Amino acid sequence: MTLTSTRPDPSATHTGTAFARRASASQTSTRLLAGPPAVAGAESLFDHRARLGPLPGRVATQLIPVLERSGLLGRGGAGFPVGRKWRSVAERSEGRAVVLVNGAEGEPLSRKDRNLMAFRPHLVIDGAVLAAAAVGADAIVLYVGAEHASARAALTRAVAERTRELAVPIQLVAAPVGYVSGEESAAVHFVNAGDPRPTNVPPRPHERGVHGRPTLVQNVESLAHAALIARHGDAWYRQAGLGDTPGTALLTVAGAVTQPGVREIQIGTPLGEVAAGAGATREGTRGILLGGYFGGWAGVDEAWNLPLDPAVMRPRGFAFGCGVVSFLSPAECGVMATGRILDFMARSSAGQCGPCVFGLRAIADATHRLATGTPDPDDLARLERWSGEIAERGACRHPDGAVGFLRSGLRVFGDDFVRHQARRGCEARARTGTN
Amino acid sequence: MEAELVIDRIACDGYGMCAELLPEIVGLDDWGYPIVRPGPIPDSLLGHARSAVEVCPVLAVRLRQAGAAGTRR
Repeated sequence: MTLTSTRPDPSATHTGTAFARRASASQTSTRLLAGPPAVAGAESLFDHRARLGPLPGRVATQLIPVLERSGLLGRGGAGFPVGRKWRSVAERSEGRAVVLVNGAEGEPLSRKDRNLMAFRPHLVIDGAVLAAAAVGADAIVLYVGAEHASARAALTRAVAERTRELAVPIQLVAAPVGYVSGEESAAVHFVNAGDPRPTNVPPRPHERGVHGRPTLVQNVESLAHAALIARHGDAWYRQAGLGDTPGTALLTVAGAVTQPGVREIQIGTPLGEVAAGAGATREGTRGILLGGYFGGWAGVDEAWNLPLDPAVMRPRGFAFGCGVVSFLSPAECGVMATGRILDFMARSSAGQCGPCVFGLRAIADATHRLATGTPDPDDLARLERWSGEIAERGACRHPDGAVGFLRSGLRVFGDDFVRHQARRGCEARARTGTN
Repeated sequence: MEAELVIDRIACDGYGMCAELLPEIVGLDDWGYPIVRPGPIPDSLLGHARSAVEVCPVLAVRLRQAGAAGTRR
């Protein structure tokens, strides 16, 4: 998947194609990705300031209430209100807090964080600098996936461009490759002790994090939005958004589409519109993965008109998560696709908690047997039972995410699971003429 | 005080002593790890619950006030 400016799609009124210069009509949907196209590479400090102006002075102390009014939600996956998170750190900081900028992006289908860091490094750093001033931090840690080479190079250069003006030192730390190393307690654990495994909570990072200090762990996209809100205000932020949740969001569109990649939408844009902009069709889609591996499957009929807005999605059992929208082709088997992701989730366990270590392995193996037409007689029944037994029994939420994903597979591809259990063959294979 | 049982999931190695002492509250999954029924422990079982805390070989079981925020079962 590449991040390229693609030909403009006149139907995509609520979506901004990645980093392309867009007409004024789309200005409410293209904010983080406004400015020069991705081919121009990382935006320099000079260009960044020429385009957006300097960070406004004396904003830091007033920024928390502004963020609270803006309605900005965290973009790492959990969707926690950003202003409230900053306040909880500020209340404890005594000027000694730490800002941990989370650019681990271990979600396999997600690309938006690394692209944002690679092409708009100064927007991310602006957000981190503002956060440090607002919560009372004297250190900033950029925690960036070791495999995200261009993101790390861009941030390294960007920090060097600002060396003389930084009030708070910035340290770049390479996050170990792995799904769980971006979990916030794991990130803190790695910075403190070189061990990227989650820890028991409480204490949560905002209480006791890096070096035992109150720590704000914030996703890079959330910080970039905060940097724009500091300049333009909360009312400006709320001008975007088509439903209950204001603002814009980065998506990573993947799978059975002709134009995969990162794009920015107004929150509340219907899924079908994103599909159209990426070249996915209803007939050409068996199911849609929403929110990444920590989210779940949605059926085509229930999802096509679904507004991509956490306030709408959550009550209906869907996840906005980290903004992954991936289309499964009808040529692919839902059971197989579910099994592949469950296998990844099992392999990604940090290996600390029994229900996660053994439960996720068992779930992945049973799904694999079903997918490959060699099920044990009670595999499907056991999957259904396990799907209700494992959640909330780990130190972190990794097992919760895995069984939530399994439940979505059992629901959306239920007929296929039954058919595979009964050894009646696979609909996808029958359809494509393979055995 | 209304008490509930909490398992340290990282420390727990699935010895299963808690389930043996307190089957009314603790079951075991297919791999021998505890499944704790949520909610306060009835007074009549508190003695057994304290025993479960004491006998766990890896100190993974503790009692805390029921409904305490921010922790997991």
